[in-house]
Amino acid sequence: MKLLTHNLLSSHVRGVGTRGFPLRLQATEVRINPVEFNPDFVARMIPKVEWAALVQAADTLNLAEVPKEPTEGYEHDETFLRKMHHVLLEVDVLEGTLQCPESGRLFPISRGIPNMLLNDEETET
Amino acid sequence: MNINHNGGLKLNKMEKKFLRKQSKARHVLLKHEGIQAVSYPTQSLVIANGGLGNGVSRKQLLLALEKCGPVEALLMPPNKPYAFVIYKTVEESKKTYATLNGKEIIDDLGQKIILYLNFVEQAQWKKLGLQALPPGLLVVEESVSSEDEKMLLESVNWTEDTGNQNFQKSLKHRRVKHFGYEFHYENNTVDKDKPLPGGLPDICNSILEKWLKEGYIKHKPDQLTINQYEPGHGIPAHIDTHSAFEDEIISLSLGSEIVMDFKHPEGDTVQVMLPRRSLLVMTGESRYLWTHGITPRKFDTVPASEQFKGGIITSDIGDLTLSKRGIRTSFTFRKVRRVPCNCSYSSVCDRQGKTTPPCLPESSKEAWQLEREHVHRVYDLIARHFSSTRHSPWPRIVEFLKALPSGSVVADIGCGNGKYLGINKDLYMVGCDRSQNLVDICRERQFQALVCDALSLPFRSGSFDACISIAVIHHFSTVERRVAALQELARLLRPGGQALIYVWAMEQEYKNQKSSYLKGSKTSHEDEEEINSDTSTEGLPVNHMPDGGSEDPGSSVPSAVNIKEEGCNPRKVELPVHTNRTCFHSQDVLVPWHLKGNPGKDKTVEPFGLAGCPDPSPVFHRYYHVFCDGELEASCQALGDVSILKSYYDQGNWCVVLQKL
Repeated sequence: MKLLTHNLLSSHVRGVGTRGFPLRLQATEVRINPVEFNPDFVARMIPKVEWAALVQAADTLNLAEVPKEPTEGYEHDETFLRKMHHVLLEVDVLEGTLQCPESGRLFPISRGIPNMLLNDEETET
Repeated sequence: MNINHNGGLKLNKMEKKFLRKQSKARHVLLKHEGIQAVSYPTQSLVIANGGLGNGVSRKQLLLALEKCGPVEALLMPPNKPYAFVIYKTVEESKKTYATLNGKEIIDDLGQKIILYLNFVEQAQWKKLGLQALPPGLLVVEESVSSEDEKMLLESVNWTEDTGNQNFQKSLKHRRVKHFGYEFHYENNTVDKDKPLPGGLPDICNSILEKWLKEGYIKHKPDQLTINQYEPGHGIPAHIDTHSAFEDEIISLSLGSEIVMDFKHPEGDTVQVMLPRRSLLVMTGESRYLWTHGITPRKFDTVPASEQFKGGIITSDIGDLTLSKRGIRTSFTFRKVRRVPCNCSYSSVCDRQGKTTPPCLPESSKEAWQLEREHVHRVYDLIARHFSSTRHSPWPRIVEFLKALPSGSVVADIGCGNGKYLGINKDLYMVGCDRSQNLVDICRERQFQALVCDALSLPFRSGSFDACISIAVIHHFSTVERRVAALQELARLLRPGGQALIYVWAMEQEYKNQKSSYLKGSKTSHEDEEEINSDTSTEGLPVNHMPDGGSEDPGSSVPSAVNIKEEGCNPRKVELPVHTNRTCFHSQDVLVPWHLKGNPGKDKTVEPFGLAGCPDPSPVFHRYYHVFCDGELEASCQALGDVSILKSYYDQGNWCVVLQKL
């Protein structure tokens, strides 16, 4: 699971609503998968990212510091884009857990795959 | 990518052919195995065609590889047509690349094989999850002496008249002989009232007494089947019929060792080595729930280390090689069952499996149960076969994905094997599916994918620029659930975001054109329904097992909705079983999937006790609600916060493009 995917995920346990975001990430195995750098693509991802959630996730993985917010004129800041390219697209969480911040429910990540299935009682509908 | 290729020079025909083949090998590895070759030299190489799966042994390959330098590791995954080699230095791997790429090697059967090499960043192989013996399984080594082995083998007279009392015949893949009771392959049971004269051979009786005394077995069997397997023979994966035999089933391997495959219905596979003279004892879960079988092949994949004897063949692919099979004779002893089976595995039990046929749900709980049995479980069981039939993306879906602006974030809800996740590299696509086994395939292809339910998507609202839902919504069994699934999909879209939705159509003929599903076309674009799950026979209802030979597949399948006459609820509507490649007669149907094995690659699960069937093809029923003209649009209009940009009919499917307001 890439951190960009993590940034899109939210807990869907019944009743938690928007308080289910962001999921608390814990990783026991992380791999760096080299991905070809495409500055335009990364620049397009930046405004779609929930920044605080990304900073938090990057912190738990002890990654090189992610700036508190995107730098001014980031579209042309290659150093920044390369850093974000690495954090968003190359870091791959293989084993670990995601935890709902509201209910505490844990979801396993195994072989890079989050399992977000809920029991009957936990679902929204 | 071509290290030795001088850009300016014109290539001759042979070189061109070789480059084409090498590039194809690279493509296949990426597409089917998720192995990414790199264009620069590294210490690791992937060797296409140099695998255990195509008859190259560890020793042979190592011999060729070590000519170029000391090998740090040689990884040979079981049944795969490739291997990885890792050298200490890049120089050595470059030398190997230069020396062996495109060169011939002679395999274990004396055939020439051309190797194609590519550099890889990492030599990796997904570890097999479960590596414990199936519960209730025991392998007793040296269970008889060499003298006893010799006597037992000599006691079997394969040359006797077929008119002999001890029924003998040659099956498709092996020779068999029965004692005590004759085993009937038509219905996989014995005639309990007709014991064969003579009972078990005397020599067996004394050995059975010995095993009883030593505690390996608890009951004395009364039926014996002797099988003889030549190299290349096998037995399809099966569970011995529950109602025919007691719990304990034992099998003595004589003459040669063999690797037996055990498979749990959820997909775990354990390969177990049965050494010569060992006794296999199956009880409990391993007897009742796991299938066992022998893959027909001439070589087994076994650990190369000398000390290995019996038991599990692990996934330590740094230590696997090929072992040539010899003639193996097995003595399988069973005890004929006199009382009904009371096992706790009703899903595979022929005695208890007679559950009521699936009906149209009348509550959301029933709907959920129907989908669990006839959608979720089925996809998990057929995942590999299903995926192997799903490689051509449908053109109009590709068109939709390619037209999205670069940098769009896209969700594929119900992504299956991920065939749309890599269509447009300028998108960030995340797939999800209810089936873990299908998501595993996506991940093997290095896509972003997760396991979840389409009614409860774990994504924040408004976070996606686009969504696709291809052949998913028709698996929900009530209109409320279909609308809820669409609502959940729409929730993910940002305002202005678009969703493409495909569902299977009731109308398989539209504007006087038959869909490719009806035409059974393999060349025209693949429609929703499987191209090769279809046969001319109609399916057995799920959970319905051979029962004393009374099963008649042709007569049990209604073609339209049946109102059930008997039972506690007379109003229940039994779901009809659809006949593949015909028009639909009902909107709510069960569609048969004929599971086909892929010999040597992915073993077939065969949970219905079809031991010894000559051509087993288990059938699973998937629930569908096929949509009528206008129905998908009506469901979308119920959502409120979307508008329908487009709706159309595409090869037997109804399709809409939605936009979030």
